[in-house]
Amino acid sequence: MRVCMLMTTFTPTSAAETLSVIQWALANEAPLEIIGHGSKRALGRPIQTEHTLDLSKLSGVMLYEPEELVLSARAGTPLAEIETLLAEHGQQLAFEPMDYAPLLGTQEGRGTIGGVLAANLSGPRRLKAGAARDHILGISAVSGRGEAFKSGGRVVKNVTGYDLSKAMAGSWGTLAAVTDVTFKVLPAAETETTLAVRGLLDEDAATAMSLALGSSAEVSSAAHVPYPAVTRIADGALGSDAATLLRVEGFGPSVDYRLRTLTDLLKNAGTIDTLAADLSRTVWRDISDCVPFADGSERPVWRVSMAPNEAHRMVMALRMQAACDAFYDWQGGLVWLRMEADPEAEVLRHLVKKSGGGHATLVRASHALRAALPVFEPQPPALAALAARLKQQFDPKGILNPGRMVPAAGSASLPPVHTEEATS
Amino acid sequence: MTGLVMPTPDTETMRRRAEIVADMRIIVPGEGVVDTVNEMRAFESDGLTAYRQLPLVVVLPETVLQVAKILKYCDERAIRVVPRGSGTSLSGGALPLEDAVLLVMSRFNRILEIDYPNRTVTAQPGVTNLGITHAVEQEGFYYAPDPSSQIACSIGGNVAENSGGVHCLKYGLTANNVLGIEMVLMNGEVVRLGGKHLDSEGYDLLGLMTGSEGLLGVVTEVTVRILKKPETARALLIGFPTSEQGGQCVADIIGAGIIPGGMEMMDRPAIHAAEDFVNAGYPLECEALLIVELDGPGVEVDHLIDKVEAIALANGSTTCRISQSEDERLAFWAGRKAAFPAVGRISPDYYCMDGTIPRKELPRVLAGMRALSEKYGLRVANVFHAGDGNLHPLILYDANIPGELDKAEDFGADILRLCVKVGGVLTGEHGVGVEKRDLMPEMFTEIDLDQQMRVKCAFDPQHLLNPGKVFPQLRRCAELGRMHISGGKLPFPDIPRF
Ligand SMILES: Cc1cc2nc3c(=O)[nH]c(=O)nc-3n(C[C@@H](O)[C@H](O)[C@H](O)COP(=O)(O)OP(=O)(O)OC[C@H]3O[C@@H](n4cnc5c(N)ncnc54)[C@H](O)[C@@H]3O)c2cc1C
Ligand SMILES: Cc1cc2nc3c(=O)[nH]c(=O)nc-3n(C[C@H](O)[C@H](O)[C@H](O)COP(=O)(O)OP(=O)(O)OC[C@H]3O[C@@H](n4cnc5c(N)ncnc54)[C@H](O)[C@@H]3O)c2cc1C
Repeated sequence: MRVCMLMTTFTPTSAAETLSVIQWALANEAPLEIIGHGSKRALGRPIQTEHTLDLSKLSGVMLYEPEELVLSARAGTPLAEIETLLAEHGQQLAFEPMDYAPLLGTQEGRGTIGGVLAANLSGPRRLKAGAARDHILGISAVSGRGEAFKSGGRVVKNVTGYDLSKAMAGSWGTLAAVTDVTFKVLPAAETETTLAVRGLLDEDAATAMSLALGSSAEVSSAAHVPYPAVTRIADGALGSDAATLLRVEGFGPSVDYRLRTLTDLLKNAGTIDTLAADLSRTVWRDISDCVPFADGSERPVWRVSMAPNEAHRMVMALRMQAACDAFYDWQGGLVWLRMEADPEAEVLRHLVKKSGGGHATLVRASHALRAALPVFEPQPPALAALAARLKQQFDPKGILNPGRMVPAAGSASLPPVHTEEATS
Repeated sequence: MTGLVMPTPDTETMRRRAEIVADMRIIVPGEGVVDTVNEMRAFESDGLTAYRQLPLVVVLPETVLQVAKILKYCDERAIRVVPRGSGTSLSGGALPLEDAVLLVMSRFNRILEIDYPNRTVTAQPGVTNLGITHAVEQEGFYYAPDPSSQIACSIGGNVAENSGGVHCLKYGLTANNVLGIEMVLMNGEVVRLGGKHLDSEGYDLLGLMTGSEGLLGVVTEVTVRILKKPETARALLIGFPTSEQGGQCVADIIGAGIIPGGMEMMDRPAIHAAEDFVNAGYPLECEALLIVELDGPGVEVDHLIDKVEAIALANGSTTCRISQSEDERLAFWAGRKAAFPAVGRISPDYYCMDGTIPRKELPRVLAGMRALSEKYGLRVANVFHAGDGNLHPLILYDANIPGELDKAEDFGADILRLCVKVGGVLTGEHGVGVEKRDLMPEMFTEIDLDQQMRVKCAFDPQHLLNPGKVFPQLRRCAELGRMHISGGKLPFPDIPRF
């Protein structure tokens, strides 16, 4: 029997309270939407639940030992608070979490550490340092079965049992409500400088980036921002020529040396500018947060993850069929695309598949489009079935964020899981 | 552990052995099926040699299709399967079962693709860890995770164990260096997770598979990222009068924002054993010896060497040598690399443990180990991945003395309990296998373990793949799926809501 009541937002202040909310929801089969700050509600599939589990009051750093490179916090702790604390000790979350706020037109600087894990997001340094999933050491969580469990620990080297912490990364709150997280933290670089090769075509930029990444210069981020996207970076500080950007971080003398190596390597590729630390930081923050497409519109924006060196060819093929703007992070491994009008989901996904595989996520679009299209890449049948079985094992009654990643079982108004693989 | 209880052999499977062997020969024609006792001996144990068991039959498939057919066949008939790579597991992960097919992946030994622009190598799972580096080193690249067994262990086994090595402090474990896999589920379905792209899609099944010890699926292809070799590497060899000082030096190095390419520590018994064996020139009077390797561009390495040297002095180091040549750097490592065989020389047998602790607990854990050593009357030597707190105590014993193996195992279990007590874990890189299986409740509650087993249920609902490993007690998936619903009322006045 379903108890229908007014819309309720539960705001537990402890793991124990979180547990009792979920046990209540389970007993009444009342689905919950889990939010941290709700900063990414505009992302992923929109869901409709009567009740909300707001974890933002489950807040506070529980343990921070800089010399042990470890930090534990309750899941609702603001990311901003954690980043400030780390910065005070010259440390950081090396995966450089991004802020979707500019793109989605929401309030900047919001977001919780639990949300960072649930979305497994990362920024330009992902190329070298990995994503949130590479830095999570342990969690405590409450499953949709109404049981509090933990996984992992506080040490980096740990293979004791399955890595359920990683399973939370990118699960968008559909497996469990995470109540606390433990992350590995790392020293922040002493300084950084970015080398910019100007005026390259996408194809030449791809060559330059793979040359740079294949050198011993330890490039930590590599992006190519063509016109017009480049004009919006750092308030126009880069001008309007395409910029192929290579970030070098570390100890001062080492950064200087590696910049010389890169300059030497790329001297025939094009004109080279050097961006000093402050500008470099601004540039990478803007690339991270997809500022070039933060235009206040609802024009569809895709985030495509694919083999880095195939990206420019995929984009060229896409341009033959649809009007779009693009820029590339992660050496091309992350393509940001803004479509002029239609999202062209099928065309894009087909091209990605043909270009060595990967996946495309529709990160910005009107509510109607996000409800009608598979926002996340549809998976081949065997994999989709496996994912569904996993969900079933964590949340058998489907009470946690039903329909956030794929349409919830039995939801008639939403299209079925896309089965392109099965029919092709 | 000597009282290890394995799943009861299925009599029906045992009875139908001849038929199963014949069917395996149809699926894998030629030399790929081994069923004589003599030939099967080679597979009766892995790196944890205290345990031996002949399998039902050994099958060495060559194609993904054969793997899929074998698993489907076994799934339909409820026959157990134990996957095996090179058999170097130190936790008994590849220990056969009497009623199980031993699925050996060693014939999957080809590199499939080297892609320099994307910096990836795609290999079959039986390729050795070092084989990947060998395939790309002429272009100046390498594969970073470097277990000491890298000459023998397979990349498929590395994925199954989430193996680490000296370089993992700076460059990450297997999990951080694998981009994609192809695997076969127990029901014979073939799925691909990830690929050459950086973030794999949907749930992080790749993360779950890495370190799953052959219980979730059989890996048939692996794509890893490769890195350019650093321009230079130099090492410092630093001796301390106490392990506390050594430990503090490690903390201060990291506190100064330096993440060395490798940072290893040895205690006095290990130093002496290693020096006697390889004459590396180790200082014999110190209690703790630290090897710190810095890699990168020459200017960076020189800059950091100076900093590390200053930190070592400030912590009361009694000797500090800095490698002046590649030969000298390798000499510093020679003793550490030979530590296991060196200890093997001073004792008829040794038992290698693998706990991880928060680094600051090192003095407490070493003191605890000394006390336990006295209690059990067995010697212990320690090598230690100091940067990440991963301990490898080597317990010295003699298997020919009745009861000594039991004593060594009890001693080992007590060390691991101590690791958990100080905030650490049972295993850092060698896996749970059968060895630490029964200690899992030291770290996890029944609810924690049940949730892990439910992951298993999503992949292999009949518990046919590598049963008897990792989980102390196997519970049926139907039983695990049952819900105990409580808390139906809305009595929590203390929870704020609007
Ligand atoms: C300096 C700064 C840097 C930032 N960097 C990032 C960044 O790198 N990446 C990033 O994503 N955001 C970043 N943000 C912005 C923030 O808006 C993020 O979007 C944040 O990760 C999302 O957190 P949230 O709590 O708002 O998530 P929400 O939008 O509330 O939730 C996102 C998803 O995660 C789920 N979820 C949230 N919390 C939990 C939990 N405890 N357990 C289970 N599921 C949960 C939700 O159900 C939802 O599916 C940053 C903000 C600041 C101030
Ligand atoms: C001398 C020595 C030194 C060692 N040093 C280290 C070290 O420094 N760091 C470290 O981490 N480990 C070390 N080990 C342990 C061991 O080498 C690793 O665990 C290694 O990854 C095992 O690989 P393998 O191919 O031998 O696997 P096996 O021993 O054959 O199997 C190990 C586990 O993996 C599973 N498995 C194997 N192949 C597959 C596959 N294709 N698909 C699915 N499951 C599979 C098996 O079922 C088993 O559970 C050492 C071992 C020895 C003997």
